[in-house]
Amino acid sequence: MSRSVGRNVIRKDGAAKASGTASYVDDLTLPGMLHARTVRSTIPCGDIRRIGFDFDAAGFTIVDARDIPGRNLVSLIMDDQPCLADGEVRHVAEPILLLAHEDRERLTEAKVDIEYRPRLAVFDPADSPTVFKTVAIAKGNLDEGFRHADLVVEGEYRTGHQEHLYIEPNGMLAVPEDGGVTVYGSLQCPYYVHRALVVLLGLPEHKVRVVQVETGGGFGGKEDYPSIIAGHACLLALKSGRPVKLIYDRTEDMLATTKRHPSIVRHRTGVTRDGRLTAMDINVLMDGGAYCTLSPVVLSRGCIHATGPYRCHHVRVNGRVVMTNTPPNGAFRGFGAPQTLFAADVHMERIAEALGMNPVRLRERNALRPGDVTATGQTLGPDAAALDVLRAAVARSDFQKKRRACRGTNKGIGLSLFFHGAGFTGSGEVKLKSKASLELTPDGVRILVASTEIGQGQRTVHAQIVADALGVPYESVEVAAADTSLVPDSGPTVASRTTMVVGSLLKQCAVEMRATLGRLSPGAYLQKHGPLVITKQYEAPPGLVWDDETYRGSAYGSYGWACDVIEVERDPVTDEIRPIKVTTAHEIGKALYPLGVRGQIEGGTAQGLGYALIEEVVMRDGAMANAQLTNYIVPTTLDTPPMDVVMLEKPYAHGPYGAKGVGEMPFDGVAPAVVNAIRSLGIDMREIPATPERIVEAPVIRDSGSGIRDRGRDWPGSASRGASGGGRIFRPGRKPGSAAPGRGR
Amino acid sequence: MSSKYRPIAFVLNAKRTSVRVHPMKRLLDVLREDCGLTGTKEGCGEGECGACTVIVNGQAVNSCLVPVAQVAGAKVMTIEGLKGRHRLQRAFAEFGGAQCGICTPGMILAAVALGPHPTLEQVRTGLAGNICRCTGYEGIYRAIRKSEDRSKKK
Amino acid sequence: MRTAISPLALRQPRSLRDALRILRDEGPLTPLAGCTDVYVGLNFGTLRDQRFLNIWGLDDLRGIVVRGDVIRIGALTTFAGIIRSPLVRRRLPMLAAASCEIGAVQIQNRGTLGGNIANGSPAGDTLPVLAVAEALVELRSIDWTRKVPFVDFYTGYRASVRRPDEIITAVEFPRVEGVQWFRKVGTRAAQSISKVVMAGVRSERPRIAFGSVAPTVVRVRRTEAALASGATLAEAQGILQEEISPIDDIRSSAFYRRHVAARLLAQFWAEG
Repeated sequence: MSRSVGRNVIRKDGAAKASGTASYVDDLTLPGMLHARTVRSTIPCGDIRRIGFDFDAAGFTIVDARDIPGRNLVSLIMDDQPCLADGEVRHVAEPILLLAHEDRERLTEAKVDIEYRPRLAVFDPADSPTVFKTVAIAKGNLDEGFRHADLVVEGEYRTGHQEHLYIEPNGMLAVPEDGGVTVYGSLQCPYYVHRALVVLLGLPEHKVRVVQVETGGGFGGKEDYPSIIAGHACLLALKSGRPVKLIYDRTEDMLATTKRHPSIVRHRTGVTRDGRLTAMDINVLMDGGAYCTLSPVVLSRGCIHATGPYRCHHVRVNGRVVMTNTPPNGAFRGFGAPQTLFAADVHMERIAEALGMNPVRLRERNALRPGDVTATGQTLGPDAAALDVLRAAVARSDFQKKRRACRGTNKGIGLSLFFHGAGFTGSGEVKLKSKASLELTPDGVRILVASTEIGQGQRTVHAQIVADALGVPYESVEVAAADTSLVPDSGPTVASRTTMVVGSLLKQCAVEMRATLGRLSPGAYLQKHGPLVITKQYEAPPGLVWDDETYRGSAYGSYGWACDVIEVERDPVTDEIRPIKVTTAHEIGKALYPLGVRGQIEGGTAQGLGYALIEEVVMRDGAMANAQLTNYIVPTTLDTPPMDVVMLEKPYAHGPYGAKGVGEMPFDGVAPAVVNAIRSLGIDMREIPATPERIVEAPVIRDSGSGIRDRGRDWPGSASRGASGGGRIFRPGRKPGSAAPGRGR
Repeated sequence: MSSKYRPIAFVLNAKRTSVRVHPMKRLLDVLREDCGLTGTKEGCGEGECGACTVIVNGQAVNSCLVPVAQVAGAKVMTIEGLKGRHRLQRAFAEFGGAQCGICTPGMILAAVALGPHPTLEQVRTGLAGNICRCTGYEGIYRAIRKSEDRSKKK
Repeated sequence: MRTAISPLALRQPRSLRDALRILRDEGPLTPLAGCTDVYVGLNFGTLRDQRFLNIWGLDDLRGIVVRGDVIRIGALTTFAGIIRSPLVRRRLPMLAAASCEIGAVQIQNRGTLGGNIANGSPAGDTLPVLAVAEALVELRSIDWTRKVPFVDFYTGYRASVRRPDEIITAVEFPRVEGVQWFRKVGTRAAQSISKVVMAGVRSERPRIAFGSVAPTVVRVRRTEAALASGATLAEAQGILQEEISPIDDIRSSAFYRRHVAARLLAQFWAEG
């Protein structure tokens, strides 16, 4: 029997999607169904004084906070976010009222007037009085580290919001039944929604059923937000006694739902003249928006990745995520790591420039190797592949030669080295207690997991793992819908864990099932012995120890490693930066579905190019001012370059067939590589998106003169904003700012 | 309720069809609601994403911007018109042209409208009105190329 | 879809004559051509118009013909039609270039030249071309036909001399003497609204027009005169800054627009 793992099988959902028969939530209709609409705040902060209805309410179902049978909150981490605003609002587009009607036009025309008493809003994270979470990571002794430095390089780096722009907006269809409710929707985590609904509706767990239907993209944007829209649909369904369909249009989705956290990251780094990092002092500030949502975890992951894939004995990372009166930010592919990896690798580039050192050599000197210890004190295993991917990408792209050839032209080339820990941080996976089940069918077996197919190939990869471990054809493995009445809680489909963690559980199920079946085929076993369901629950691999208080220990079971080399061209008339080619080397343990892995790398790269160059959320008075596809722009076929993908495999002992996670990592390294390519053109860029408007105003990187002789010096005070000279190079013995970074050789 | 509207007749997926709806109803909504064909998707309502692409008289258009009155007498093809059997559909499923699938019907129709043997440059230009957030487009080019290779082998 | 369709009225004329008569007797009515702009407004709920006239089927308004030196393009000619026309590619390459940059294929198959003019957006991509080509816009009502020089067509932001009972029926282009030049600087490579768009004709009598840098498309006549009389590029760029008034908006900044406009002028003057 030919194995399916490692082969390009035909993806389970491919035919339905290509034929247009796959059912997404807006494709569903039920008799008696009502349409729904959300009435939202138009001010960023204040009290609601009066709500007036300027329409004939006949036939309408109207829901506000008082109609909530359970607790008015979106159950997640801090439980600070109401499902419907009750007297006060803290951001534009906060949901206040829900309307439903049979006739969509009556719904559209219903006028609701809301009077507010505005209060002063906070928009600048630096001014925020409310901190959702702080993180502190410490290793070694920073002062000692700086004492060993010949040079200290400082810099500040900024990233903005990013909108997921899944092509299918958020949507839910809620159906009241049996004294409870079933909700069908576009979502990533059925059990997150389930838990939130149980709390909101005050219903027993078995009376709430959540079913994921075909989902047109998630990227994290459908990790926690669906709990809110599902709650809204259910409240209307329960009050009206009718099925309720609530679908956002694009503008509403962009205005109201979560985005990537903006960040300001500061580095102060000590380095020897031959390029060894001796001290890393990093400060991370993230903007969480009005409510906590997942901000603590985003900050956490960001801080753990903040050093980049580099070794250093003396490290301090201080992070905080704060409140602003803007729509709450949330999960988005990379989840905090893209922000800090951006800063880390642009900063490395500036260090190379300051030292006059080749950017590859600098990274080679400092890249984490097997046996090295990370900032949290984790010793890396033999699968640590930073050098492998660096060398592979540099060779494949002919980086050094191209770099020399680009000098003095409008072409630039830049690289980034990055890594990504797969799975939940620290003890997160243990706390999740994920489960997976396999059920025998007459023709084969059925997978029962709460993992969701959102385009990444989940159904396919899970089926491959089970097929091979069980010894049955891939075609005989069925994947059940992610329906909470059918499947156990396998944890959320996030954090690049779906193959590595849930797939591993499925493999264990399959191995046990194989032993149980013996020589019998599934059909024969069923006939002889009756039904068979095997369930496995997550157990941490041995030796994985993590302390949540001190942020020390093994943050992740495994890391993937990658290196991007990106070539760009600057248009001398418009200052547009066009990506010409991407070469990327990704080490991912084992490619179970190679086409799927390639798809994640290529797709994540394209999304990263958007983040780096053209995707800008324009905020005005706390609201997204460009909430249309015409004005928030993502890459089209004419904005994306050819991509050359190299996959390396250094199997992870505890991943199924050696697999690590891959969904997020491809996104992480694109922005720094693009900005480093821009820097190679002599433009001092330190923030993204690197739009032409920013390129035009960015300073030039000045050539350095002298060498480096003296030792490191104390931080003189906080640096001013970004690209206009906020980072300084200090050669102690001279006044600050008197020396400039050198061009890399 | 809809009988107050005059019938609007057109050819839908090679079959004569007639609908009695408001003449300014979007073709997208007519297809999805009145004709029961939900393969055509709404991604933006502003003609930017191309998920609503259908082929009218041989040309790719955004059905979210077409009043149904304007397809009277025209030939309209949706993804359902390919019956799941077009070589592009097989290639998209097999070669990574589709991930989440929401852009796929529009993307396939735009590819069909490109005509035979497009160069990569023509593919890029011809699909510039179809946004995919999942694939980075490379998988789509591969699928189209494989589909072309297969058609040549015949 | 944020507009209720039921209250909207659509008149469906069978001929151009019929359409013009309806406009006179039952106006005001908003003509519906390719709908690539009107329906965006309907989708967003920002369009206030309630009464419409479907002119899409009026084939009299289609077609590209040449009469002597004049090229006459029917108002309902789509951008795809313009791009495909060998005549336009040969004699009005800047119009073909502009049409290629509008939206993408789906928009080009439906958007029309007449619609681009009637819409009157300051960012309309064909409008600078029409300005430097010194085209004539043909307007018809039930009682008369008139031709308005394009440069006199707009009276202000999205305001024109078109009367409510008139339809744009064609655009006429005289022979263009000189080298044609067009460039659009958008937010990305396709499907983008321009930040700055420029058309130019390089000859002894240079003609230069910009979009997206003023409330309407603008012919920069003083800049033209300066170049014609031998001023340096730097001097011309200085005068250019006085003739344009770009703003900061959600897509770009006034500073960038000025900067790029000056560079476009330089590129045009060097290349043309």
